[in-house]
Amino acid sequence: MHALDQSILTLILLVPLAGAILVAILPDRGKAPNWLALIVTLFSFVLTLHLPAHFAPGMKGFQFEIDRAWIADPLISYHVGVDGLSLWLVVLTGLLGPVGVLASWNAITARRKVYYSLFLVQQTAMYGVFVSLNLIIYYGFWELSLVPMAILIAMYGRKNGPKAALKFFLFTFIPSALLLVGILWLYARTGTFDYVNLQIYLAHDTLPARALFWVALAFLAAFAVKVPVFPLHGWLGDAFSEAPVALAMVIAGKLGLYSLLRFHVELFPVQARHIAPLMIALAVIGVLYGACLALVQRDFWKVLAFGAVSHFSLVVLAIYGLAPAAWNGAVYQILSLGIVEGGMFVLLGVLDTRYGTSQIAAYGGLAAKLPRTASYFVIASLTMIGLPLLSGFVGEFVILSNTFTDVSRGWAVAAALGTILSAGYMLSLVQRLFYGPESTMAASKPASDLRFNELAALTPLVVLMLVLGVAPSYWFRTMKDGLQPEATQASPMHSAAQSPDSLPVSVHTEGQP
Amino acid sequence: MTPVPDIDRIMPEVILTLTGVAVMLIDASLAARRSRRWLGWIAAMGTTLALWASLWQISLPEGTGFFDTVETSTFTVFFHVLICGIVLVALLLSLDTLPANSHHQGEYYALVVFGAVGMCLLTGAVELLVVFIALEISSISTYVLAGYRKQTGRGPESAIKYFLLGSFATAFLLYGIALIFGATGTTQVYQIAILAPANENHALIVAALAMMLVGIFFKVSAAPFHVWTPDVYEGAPSPVVALLSTGPKVAAFALLLRVVYEMLPSLRTLWAPLLWVAAVLSMTVGNLAALRQQNVKRMLAYSSIAHAGYLLAAFAGIGDLGIAAASFYAAAYAAMNVGVFAVITLVSGYDEKLPLIDDYRGLIYRAPLLGSLLIFFLISLIGIPFTGGFFGKFYSFTAAMSPMNGSAVALVIIGLLNSGIAAAYYLRLAVVAAQPAAPSAAGAAPAKPEIGIAVGAALLLAVAATLVLGIKPGATLHAAQSGAHTLQAPAPGVQSSPLSPIIQATPQAAQ
Repeated sequence: MHALDQSILTLILLVPLAGAILVAILPDRGKAPNWLALIVTLFSFVLTLHLPAHFAPGMKGFQFEIDRAWIADPLISYHVGVDGLSLWLVVLTGLLGPVGVLASWNAITARRKVYYSLFLVQQTAMYGVFVSLNLIIYYGFWELSLVPMAILIAMYGRKNGPKAALKFFLFTFIPSALLLVGILWLYARTGTFDYVNLQIYLAHDTLPARALFWVALAFLAAFAVKVPVFPLHGWLGDAFSEAPVALAMVIAGKLGLYSLLRFHVELFPVQARHIAPLMIALAVIGVLYGACLALVQRDFWKVLAFGAVSHFSLVVLAIYGLAPAAWNGAVYQILSLGIVEGGMFVLLGVLDTRYGTSQIAAYGGLAAKLPRTASYFVIASLTMIGLPLLSGFVGEFVILSNTFTDVSRGWAVAAALGTILSAGYMLSLVQRLFYGPESTMAASKPASDLRFNELAALTPLVVLMLVLGVAPSYWFRTMKDGLQPEATQASPMHSAAQSPDSLPVSVHTEGQP
Repeated sequence: MTPVPDIDRIMPEVILTLTGVAVMLIDASLAARRSRRWLGWIAAMGTTLALWASLWQISLPEGTGFFDTVETSTFTVFFHVLICGIVLVALLLSLDTLPANSHHQGEYYALVVFGAVGMCLLTGAVELLVVFIALEISSISTYVLAGYRKQTGRGPESAIKYFLLGSFATAFLLYGIALIFGATGTTQVYQIAILAPANENHALIVAALAMMLVGIFFKVSAAPFHVWTPDVYEGAPSPVVALLSTGPKVAAFALLLRVVYEMLPSLRTLWAPLLWVAAVLSMTVGNLAALRQQNVKRMLAYSSIAHAGYLLAAFAGIGDLGIAAASFYAAAYAAMNVGVFAVITLVSGYDEKLPLIDDYRGLIYRAPLLGSLLIFFLISLIGIPFTGGFFGKFYSFTAAMSPMNGSAVALVIIGLLNSGIAAAYYLRLAVVAAQPAAPSAAGAAPAKPEIGIAVGAALLLAVAATLVLGIKPGATLHAAQSGAHTLQAPAPGVQSSPLSPIIQATPQAAQ
């Protein structure tokens, strides 16, 4: 065991927080806050790399665990740990830290101190969500992640920040209130907030099923809004168009998707199974609905927003297919989407700040003037579409193939249609922005291709898109063990719920192509 | 063991009374033109001394003095410390914000200190007549303070409204005391607790309880007895509102705890539904009305009604659990509310040049520190984790959940949905403060408020308390729990459950 193992997660949580305080105290002179934030985020990224380096893939349960009493009565302990599910999400959060700082380097010109200190608080909150194993601690970080986000959208929004911030906050805060009701109810019944204890407790099935159904639903609703799952996506469009690039890239997706897996499916396996058919249907509707709307948008942030709804819904489909092999694909896809969306936001942010508009019609023929931007954008788009040998392909393939074999052919085919549509809107976006005749707007402004800071932010992301696409087995090796323990109780939707007479399903843990 | 001298049982009150008298006498003997600001420092020092004396009282054996009329126990010490802390912050706040040329500064400080005497006594009294006297001492001081800005129309309006309605409410309380005396032949709380369950005049006791609840609900501004709150808060000077919205309320909640948990626990089936209804009404009415306000102080007045509702939810908790949660909430609420009013006082000034929400536009750029503090306190009022507001709500609703029946779960759901609604208006103010000021108004932008030493100390106290209650609530909660225990213990024959039902039900689950 490494000496750091006992305290690494605490360090990961504290470093950005300490950085935030430091940024807030030190004077706001020139680029000092930028440099400080960059150093802090890089340092915390390096710290997160300790996790995969010392992670033991074969072990069951959580690793790097810390469990200390925080409050005696009611017992709330500071219980954190990672497993194969959260491991890479922590690393991803770490990676997007410096990327976010670099992406904001020139975009944020006023009140840098406020911006960077809140940005760092946001980092802590997100790390906290991924590592917490006590429901109250988890809820704390979950709520905490809303505050800096809302303030930053309000202060640094492009046009209508305050409205978008309010919408985002209320959309996510009110369902969280129900989540807290659920948590308190569980505590009143079981006397514990601890994730591991609760999981054991709920597995023994001593609680009234009816009430538990509502509790599980409260958990589900809070997470589904954050993802967002199909009918609950109302806040996303505004948030994507208004939020500063560095925050928009983390606002949706991974927090909610992770929580769905960890705190809904793994905590309430029985209830999740009951509601899975509905979730699968909503997910497939989301895939198609998002893709269709993305096709007709005139604003590129909206294309990205609806494209995201479509892609996140595919992950939801994988989660509620309840096939562990598809879960591997889901986690893989969350990682891949985190990287691709990050890159997309940086690139579109570059265009928005240079040209001051997000209307697609105003653009055209930029490829000649901005060759580097164009090539990075094409790679990111192809990853998003799911071209083989890029990271998007692996996740989509694993999800769709496992859904096809283990869950339902019909839904899998419908979802596959959505990924075909994604080629439509992404390629047409590429075409309308970068090719064709040069628009008057593009011609009227001086060309300025990616600057050093933007290149520094984008290059690691693009490299990862390739690496994740070419060599997925390294990642799958650590992931699948994290998702293994539940494989005993969880069997795919298809075999258990829909057609009991079907062939016994083999669990495809070797899900990679 | 030597008996404790009676005077020790009321040491904080004695110190506060002496301070108040001293301030008044010095004020009268000073030449008219002399500055009276330093009298405020004397008052603040006296309050600090009283706070220290309250802490010292923890070393006394638990018991009563003056013929069983006042009690010292962990419960009373908890509330004494809390009230002295609130008064101290309010005094420090007033020191820097009252206009320097005010003629009545001496009276002002004396009244604040006398009010503190009443509030402290209210939490320690175990004899209903002393309760009544304490309530009157605190009320009369605050009636006068509410009308302190008499040069404006709103000041006297505020005072008269508060006085008339407050007198009615106190009369109800007194009537309740009279009825309970009629039924049991005593006004001593422990005696009533023993005599009430087997009393043949059950209807009389029920009527008495109802009357007393009306009086107390008025004081804590719980719906449907809340209508005075926004008008009074709007008209009273902001530093007074900082006191008014916390101190007397906290004291009245202590009284409510004593009445329902210590004096009449046998009538739980009767008062629990009443408090349930009051909690739901207060939360809902407070939050819905606050959504529509344009005036910051009115908005915060409605928000304080809602917070009374969250606190009342804790009373659904059985035994110690409910008492401890209510006590903790009182502390958390006091810390953040006194803090937010301190910021408001500094921003809008004593003469309130900036009463509306829209006037706060760009605050964070104009006065970064005040703006951030405002947002911080609003975040705590919303109930975001790692602030006192979160743990207040958390304990309150955990307690409310403990009976595990349908109405308890419904209460928690209503409460937490309400906190979602509440987020909308707190956030509106926070967002306005974070918006850049409109360029056209830039010329007329008010000067940056200065933060003096006294007010700085007040803000520091409020921020520290809010943060400590949010990050390390253990010590305060422990104090509240021991206090809860002492509130129930002394009355013999009262059924109290020292262990909460949850812990009894699932010993194996709690590791």
